[in-house]
Amino acid sequence: MSIDRATVAKIASLARIRMSEDELDCLAPELSGILDWVEQLGEVDTSQVEPMTAVIPNTLRLRDDVVDADPLTGGNKRDDILANAPAAEHGFFGVPKVIE
Amino acid sequence: MPMDANSLTELGVKAIRDGVAAGDFTAREVAEAFNANVAAASALNAFIVATPDHALAAADAVDAARAAGEALGTMAGVPIGMKDLFATRGVQTTAASHILEGFEPEYESTVSANLWKAGAGMLGKLNLDQFAMGSSNETSYFGNVISPWRRNDGGNAALAPGGSSGGSSAAVSARLAPAATGTDTGGSIRQPAAFTGISGIKPTYGRCSRWGIVAFASSLDQAGPMARDVTDCAIMLEAMAGFDPKDATSLDLPVPQWEAGLNPDMRGKKIGIPREYRMDGMDEDVAKSWDDGIAWLKDAGAEIVDVSLPHTKYALPAYYIVAPAEASSNLARYDGVRYGLRDLPDGAGLQDMYAATRAAGFGDEVKRRIIIGTYVLSAGFYDAYYNQAQKVRTLIAQDFAKAFEQVDVILAPTCPTAAFGLGDKTSDPLSMYLNDVFAVPASLAGLPAMSVPAGLNREGLPLGLQLIGRPFDEQGVLNAGLALEARAGFDAKPERWW
Repeated sequence: MSIDRATVAKIASLARIRMSEDELDCLAPELSGILDWVEQLGEVDTSQVEPMTAVIPNTLRLRDDVVDADPLTGGNKRDDILANAPAAEHGFFGVPKVIE
Repeated sequence: MPMDANSLTELGVKAIRDGVAAGDFTAREVAEAFNANVAAASALNAFIVATPDHALAAADAVDAARAAGEALGTMAGVPIGMKDLFATRGVQTTAASHILEGFEPEYESTVSANLWKAGAGMLGKLNLDQFAMGSSNETSYFGNVISPWRRNDGGNAALAPGGSSGGSSAAVSARLAPAATGTDTGGSIRQPAAFTGISGIKPTYGRCSRWGIVAFASSLDQAGPMARDVTDCAIMLEAMAGFDPKDATSLDLPVPQWEAGLNPDMRGKKIGIPREYRMDGMDEDVAKSWDDGIAWLKDAGAEIVDVSLPHTKYALPAYYIVAPAEASSNLARYDGVRYGLRDLPDGAGLQDMYAATRAAGFGDEVKRRIIIGTYVLSAGFYDAYYNQAQKVRTLIAQDFAKAFEQVDVILAPTCPTAAFGLGDKTSDPLSMYLNDVFAVPASLAGLPAMSVPAGLNREGLPLGLQLIGRPFDEQGVLNAGLALEARAGFDAKPERWW
């Protein structure tokens, strides 16, 4: 399947990655090549096959319904959570203006 | 017996642990010797940051515990390298990306915490392919790792240490660390181990907690040890593994005593040889090393059985849908808001900030995979690509399940070739992906798989043999590895040029 530049631009916008014209020119043929190659999967008859959901069978667990059961991942961690933020202000994540 | 620093850095995990416990040398002497080797090896670029003080502090704690007559952990006194994909509290954790440059986690990954609890110390954070995406360690924002190995042609062409755990493989083979952590999504422990003449095991999916490991493809990512021999891998895996309620896919099973269970006697064991792995135009030296491996396991008493894994050729294309799809979702978190890089062009709004931040923070290969993943998950393509790949994945797992009705362990080459040169495959992403052809099927099926050194090819470069086991049967894999190791007698090491 051939991917054109406009499609790559649309996907890049969905993925929130700004791309230059040069990058789009470069990626379009590369992606076409990769997708042509993965298309061989279409040869496999999978009409009777379920898609894999868990590679090793496992049961989902519920944690105990207790506040701060694990203090490491519980609450009251505001300062830890903000410690690496590029723009933490007044105990919040700072972001550029969202609403005019 | 006193040992000089050069002899100490020739020791592996078991020898160091036992020597420290016996009082032959102190943990501090070991840490100092390896710290010195790390400091002298900047030409390999194996470490993103060195943490000599961490190694010394852990060593001092072990020496003090021994002096006080306390029980020592299973990794006591062993300084290791930590792949820079594991969150380490207060120590920069980057996944070899620009977007996480300067990120200092407020918490410790479960696997690294388990290792520190067992008495290990940290020599530094090891370089890798960016977000573990790559097979040659050429996608790191912090530069290529150079393999300590060179061809025997007298040239000094820089070779790939493999990837994504390329810093780990280079450091262990160059004696900068007796062992290192790796992670394996589609071969990232086994392929670099094979390229550098060391051992490495990826356990059954779920054995090692993924909590605190920077996520690439969550249904495939598994941590594992890389070390110089099979016994050292068994010791270190035992320290790394274990149930963790913080990882929803963690296996709620006791950790087997793999070290105590080591047994190279293969009598009564059946070893499967998958015929689909013998491909047209296979590298002659690789084919020969595979034949050697068959002969060695036969010599150890195993029965050799021909098996078929009919969907092998579809594993790689299925992987290159599933892994990028999961990556595109996992990497959505890097948005310039909560941590990491922020690029805020003048007058930009929130959406522009996201796009600018991700453009500046991700390397080309990471962008390529996010775009592939976003494409295959996008409306109208999901069934044709992602769902079909997950169905093929079911078939691949069924192939293995059928083979394991007949055999105990499968033997195959780890890689189609020995190490290639840096730059040889960077212009063609597909040719790079194809290097993982033998490693990816076991990843897709979540199986334990290991690479052990088999010998040198005619260029003087290491070749690895791969053992794949049933789910939860790391012991069977390690034991077959031990049988191979005893017969391969691999003692080659890179000549020091750095």
